[in-house]
Amino acid sequence: MLATAPPTAVAATPDAGRRRRAGRRWRRLVSPVVLVAGWEAAARAGLLPPEKLPAPSQVLSTGVRLAGDGTLGVHLLDSLTRAGVGLLVGGVLALLLGVAAGLLRLGDDLVDPPVQMARMLPHLGLVPLLIIWVGIGESLKVTLVALGVFFPIYFNTYAGIRDIDERLVEAARTCGLGPAARLRHVVLPGALPSLFLGLRLAIGAAWLSLVVGEQVNAQTGIGFLMMEAREFSQTDVVVLGLVIYALLGLLSDVALRVWERRTLTWRRGLRAT
Amino acid sequence: MATRTTGNLTGPTGGTGDAAAVLTAHGVRRAFDGRPVLAGVDLSIAAGEVVALLGGSGSGKSTLLRVLAGLDAEATGRTGLRGTAAVVFQEHRLLPWKRVGDNVALGLTGPDVRARVDRALAEVGLADRRRAWPAELSGGQAQRVAVARALVRGPDLLLLDEPFGALDALTRLRMQSLLRRLRAEHGFAALLVTHDVEEALLLADRILLLDGGVIAEEIPVDLDPARSPDQPAFGALRRRLLDRLGVPAA
Ligand SMILES: Nc1ncnc2c1ncn2[C@@H]1O[C@H](COP(=O)(O)OP(=O)(O)O)[C@@H](O)[C@H]1O
Ligand SMILES: [Mg+2]
Repeated sequence: MLATAPPTAVAATPDAGRRRRAGRRWRRLVSPVVLVAGWEAAARAGLLPPEKLPAPSQVLSTGVRLAGDGTLGVHLLDSLTRAGVGLLVGGVLALLLGVAAGLLRLGDDLVDPPVQMARMLPHLGLVPLLIIWVGIGESLKVTLVALGVFFPIYFNTYAGIRDIDERLVEAARTCGLGPAARLRHVVLPGALPSLFLGLRLAIGAAWLSLVVGEQVNAQTGIGFLMMEAREFSQTDVVVLGLVIYALLGLLSDVALRVWERRTLTWRRGLRAT
Repeated sequence: MATRTTGNLTGPTGGTGDAAAVLTAHGVRRAFDGRPVLAGVDLSIAAGEVVALLGGSGSGKSTLLRVLAGLDAEATGRTGLRGTAAVVFQEHRLLPWKRVGDNVALGLTGPDVRARVDRALAEVGLADRRRAWPAELSGGQAQRVAVARALVRGPDLLLLDEPFGALDALTRLRMQSLLRRLRAEHGFAALLVTHDVEEALLLADRILLLDGGVIAEEIPVDLDPARSPDQPAFGALRRRLLDRLGVPAA
């Protein structure tokens, strides 16, 4: 009988699976580590001229130095503020318009056609026009980020609402839920997975827009740090800026994934079946 | 637009003047793209009565049920409901993002919601699954939660659209006896849409046949409450219904 089987026999299988997965994770670290080590070795051996590509250790120590004297913190904060404000402005606007177009026929007819037309424009190509419109100051950077954020959030909000199973809405109606309650209990939670996807794409677009925006006459920010360093041929600072941009993208993505997993716990059950 | 009267139907709006009717419908019509599906349906269900609605696939059973549930704004005719109705659909239609207990509690208010939910779940034998996600349930369990979600509202009328049609044969038998037990305990009236003649005969006091967009035939089921398919009277009624539905004898 199953009940008399030793419990260890059952427990052993998932344990072995976990160990195998952990082993694989370590193996996947090997080639990046080898690459960085090779880069370091090549720089030290003089194969890589330092003005073209400094050693990783040099980039790291530059990072520590700039972090220590507060320079890095100031510029990082400015970059983060631009990204945050742009994300907020573009995101809220996209959310409002996406909800209006997704829920209301009038909203769909009025909002969706112009948005569909505008999505064809590569928003980074708008930089010259935006400079004419809003100048080269702070508003250019924020506008660029907001534009990049707008489209993924708008389209995923719209699609998330449109893809909701009409039968669930109907069932909620038979349970006595009015329009506001249906929005809260059915439409919004149903659109949430799509909203998270939109947000993830939007954050990627936000960093990209920031990189481009900060190369236009910035006085602060990570991009400014890199442009200034290029003038003085401080390649280590340029590489440091790149690493920071990459880390920002990575960290925001990980944070969003964790948030998503916490919020959408109900999907775990879905995956198991 | 179907005019809907809620509340007392004994007045002049009651039509047939059936004082005990929990649901009445008069001249219900519905067309899709000019093609009529319902062409003037009249029916009435007495309090505590279980009526089965039989009909071939595509005969308009679900369309009629949606009109009666007040879900179809484009139907014409008059429907009247005295008391409250709850609906169980063929698919469970549970919200995947709400736990079982919250699905049952959907739209309920009051201080004792939790206790009512627990009682309803216990009645369908799922007291221990209150915190489960719908995706973690089997088809039969999910459908039982849907029944609990309807029951917890204490409805005077249960509208059931092929509620067990998607379940395997064994589960279906269990669900049928569950429904019989619940009905005996709560005394709700029910309109059971089905294409299963045996299910109709097992559960209903009266059978309506939907054909050509109207109630083509009305057949009282004069069997004792503890009926079973083995009884001769059951077999005779079954044959008669199958003949009427155009299923030839084997
Ligand atoms: N929303 C709809 N749009 C167009 N046709 C529909 C719609 N709903 C039902 N119908 C049509 O109405 C007829 C009856 O459908 P339905 O009531 O679902 O039948 P049943 O439940 O008896 O199988 C079918 O021919 C179906 O194609
Ligand atoms: Mg149907």
